[in-house]
Amino acid sequence: MSNYELMVIYTPVLSEEDAKSIQKKFADVISDNGGQIVHENPWGLKSLAYPIQKKTTGLYVVVEFTAPSDLNEKLKIQLNRDENVLRYMVTKLDKHAVAYNARKRGSLNAESKTVEA
Amino acid sequence: MAVKQEIKYLTAVKTEKRQKKYCRFKKLGIKYVDYKDAEFLKKFLNDQGKMLPRRITGNSLKFQRKVAEAIKKLVKWRCCLMLLTF
Repeated sequence: MSNYELMVIYTPVLSEEDAKSIQKKFADVISDNGGQIVHENPWGLKSLAYPIQKKTTGLYVVVEFTAPSDLNEKLKIQLNRDENVLRYMVTKLDKHAVAYNARKRGSLNAESKTVEA
Repeated sequence: MAVKQEIKYLTAVKTEKRQKKYCRFKKLGIKYVDYKDAEFLKKFLNDQGKMLPRRITGNSLKFQRKVAEAIKKLVKWRCCLMLLTF
């Protein structure tokens, strides 16, 4: 069960609840296949330097989760199939990274709400 | 033979001792370079957005590579040009 961090850019056109539903879909994909979401951190709309698929802004979401090693392939298929996703990246977190995120989230909890799935 | 004191130097003798460069990661005990943290990584870029070499940043090889990798991810991810504020 190694730690991963998924970073996704969604198209800005979709409304609030659409974004939630898509996020929920990926959350389910992770939890179905034995993964467990540690923390979801929506960044919201951010401007892009160059248009991706003719869109100049993107909806950034960072999801940190622990999962068995074979889960990423399934996740990738789902992400490729979904046309709302502009770009995604999964990075592996070593123990220092997890400690860093935990510490950062500890200080972040005060203001922003964290989605504990 | 000219006596030592009478020797006049054309340029001023460089006496100030250059401050020893140190690896900030080792000193502060930072272990993980977060690629999402744009403000911190900006210190390792010059104004054109290029990465500073190790002899200027003074990083150790291990952390210079981590910083380089983080910066590349940051550029790909934030999709923002270095010159714009990101």
